Amino acid sequence: MENNNTEKNQNFSDNSNNGITAQNKEPRIIAFVCNWCTYNGADLAGTSRMKYADNVRVIKLPCTGRIDPLFVIEAFKKGAKGVLVSGCHPGDCHYTSGNYHSRRKYTAFRDLLNYLGVDISRVEFSWISASEGNKWVSVINDFTNKIKSLPNNSDIFSKK
Amino acid sequence: MARIGVFVCWCGSNIAGTVDVKRVAEEAAKIPGVVEAIDYKYMCSDPGQNAFRNMIKDKNLTGVVLAACSPHMHENTFRKAAIKEGLNPYFVEIANIREQVSWVHEDKGKATEKAIDLLKMMVEKVKRNKPIEDVRVPLTKKALVIGGGISGIQAALDIANGGVEVILVEKEPSIGGKMIQLDETFPTLDCSSCIMTPKMVEAYQHPNIKLYTYSELEDVSGYIGNFNVKIRKKARSIVEKDCTGCGDCWNVCPMHKNVKSEFNVNLSERTAIYVPFPQAVPLIPVIDRSVCLHYKKGGKCQKCYDACGPKCINFDLQDEIIEEKVGAIVAATGYDLMENSLYGEYGYGQFKDVVSGLQFERLLSASGPTEGVIKRPSDGKTPETIVFIQCVGSRDPEKGVPYCSKVCCMYTAKHAKLFAHKVHGSQSYVFYIDIRATSKGYEEFVRSTMENDGAIYLRGRVSKIYENDGKLIVKGADTLSGNQVEIAADMVVLATGVIPKKGSDKMAQMLGISYDKYGFYTESHPKLRPAESSTAGIYLAGMAQGPRDIPESVVSGSAAASKILGLFSKSEYEVEGTIASVNKTTCVGCFYCQRVCAYSAISKEEVKDRSGNVLKIVANVNSGLCTGCGACVNACFSKSIDVRGFMDEQIFAEIKSLAV
Repeated sequence: MENNNTEKNQNFSDNSNNGITAQNKEPRIIAFVCNWCTYNGADLAGTSRMKYADNVRVIKLPCTGRIDPLFVIEAFKKGAKGVLVSGCHPGDCHYTSGNYHSRRKYTAFRDLLNYLGVDISRVEFSWISASEGNKWVSVINDFTNKIKSLPNNSDIFSKK
Repeated sequence: MARIGVFVCWCGSNIAGTVDVKRVAEEAAKIPGVVEAIDYKYMCSDPGQNAFRNMIKDKNLTGVVLAACSPHMHENTFRKAAIKEGLNPYFVEIANIREQVSWVHEDKGKATEKAIDLLKMMVEKVKRNKPIEDVRVPLTKKALVIGGGISGIQAALDIANGGVEVILVEKEPSIGGKMIQLDETFPTLDCSSCIMTPKMVEAYQHPNIKLYTYSELEDVSGYIGNFNVKIRKKARSIVEKDCTGCGDCWNVCPMHKNVKSEFNVNLSERTAIYVPFPQAVPLIPVIDRSVCLHYKKGGKCQKCYDACGPKCINFDLQDEIIEEKVGAIVAATGYDLMENSLYGEYGYGQFKDVVSGLQFERLLSASGPTEGVIKRPSDGKTPETIVFIQCVGSRDPEKGVPYCSKVCCMYTAKHAKLFAHKVHGSQSYVFYIDIRATSKGYEEFVRSTMENDGAIYLRGRVSKIYENDGKLIVKGADTLSGNQVEIAADMVVLATGVIPKKGSDKMAQMLGISYDKYGFYTESHPKLRPAESSTAGIYLAGMAQGPRDIPESVVSGSAAASKILGLFSKSEYEVEGTIASVNKTTCVGCFYCQRVCAYSAISKEEVKDRSGNVLKIVANVNSGLCTGCGACVNACFSKSIDVRGFMDEQIFAEIKSLAV
């Protein structure tokens, strides 16, 4: 075993019980990404060994056109403090027009979110191609910082 | 009850260096439904795959989750291994803890937490998977090639030589495309028509190729293996089977000075009944009804009809619509040249002796308007000094063409060389930005034009051209010496940029393939799937994809052909099973799904009772057309349509597993 130190190194900080909890104030972000552009872009960031904030959990879908607004609401209900939606650039969609459906849905959905009491800046929409590993990194970092700076991270359904 | 097995891969130190793989496996073992969770040094190795297979067998698993590298790396490897143990391949899911965890985070504690989260998501997802069977669709073993240029002809010949029937459709009256208009070809200077005409004749006479010239694609429907195409065969006004191509008709046509020849790029005239060039294939004339006096003057003129021996002219012929069923399509629709008039400073259209590269090509050609003797269009004199300007409509974002047209550097060097060969003692000047001569023998060719043929290359742009005393004064900059230069030239040749064929966007929409912002067709993958379009069963070839030279066009034609022959070597086509399916019990037939489907994959299906009465109309997914994008799922109000592999239930379970 060449990596003896990895086996020994099992000491964790105290608040390590399954994910980031409310106590340590690290907000959880869920990202819904398409399989063809953004997922590959995120992989490229990895292959290039870029470093970014670890708050994001990626859910891979075939296309951003598959994203049901209910996914976003469910994510908030389950404690996410921010939701990122990212797919292929306009014109580049693997399925021709899925990203346009997604964009249009988001435009209508923002009002509903607002009505629910969620600050719409908690939903970030971006286009990241398979070659834009660096953009993935900056979007994740910027969005994480933005979410951290928002008030009411404890109860996001009551916008003040 | 789900019986899930979990493997956590170390990937040597790639994962294990940043993620505590032992702890990930321990946490995984606590998830309900997980029967065993182990960590392993290299899952993709043979022993790793054996461990994977053994656990499926020994623990009688209903699903497996690997926490390892990106699913785009080894998903297929493990799906295949699962099949060998009789497990449906879609019951293998991968949590990406390398590209999206260990390689991008440094804090081992946090990276491990993230890895556990991603693994949990996948366990919840795989628990809810349904067996997915790949879909098989029948194949009609016949191909359609759109475009009879060099790439289309090459594709058609290769497919036909593979024993498959081909329909070749060409818009113009003759096949040959742009290549047959060229004089000699770089870098070997073999004459274009000498190498092109045998290919054209071979395609025409091939028993497996059915050629439709002067015909356009009218409509395409269907999907891979099963396309229905409609071809509009425009009325030539000639009964083709009787025509001998003798030429008696066009020799008597009174309209011999009024119509510009498209083939000679407006440098000569043609008649109303004409063949575009003497070696046209097929050698059958066509009447241009927009200029023919018979049609314009109410049937008075019928000189060609009187002159025709076999009496094969029929003024009343109508367009025909031909319907064909094919299994695969090659889109080789070619290119156009950019409008030179966009460059007012060069005076194209204003000065007769400013010509485009293709026009100069015709002036060089033995079959051209000057029979291969270079004469300037204005007064027919042989020019002694020619200025060539490169990048006219290439690499110019302001004119909407930021890309390089790729062939101009080479054809300009060829023009300068041929000019030196044909007019002894002549001088050519070439204004260039960069010289791009990157294929076999190209750099040497350009060098020899400079060194052996005396062409003077000036790096810089031309700012203005004006006429003075029968000469064209070309003002430009030589940026290498830093001087302004002024050259008195007899002719100016513009290396005009390449743009997609007019109407290529409409063609792409008809075919359902994607195209870029310029109108060039987009490959399924720019590197690894360059011959395939975004739509299964439709392949790409030639300049329709972007600028390329003759060898590359030939290669792309052959590539498309080999893809089609490969496709047709099977009896059926297998489509990935991750496509949409409809719950016909709950579907209310609103067809919102149909509206959002980019592939026309949703059709109406009647649900009947036992006596044959229609009870209701529901949506039906055509498995050959559906790509599983999932747009329809969100459009459905009654939640009656779902995408296998990415079902609502699975995604909600993934989100739930992340509950804080």
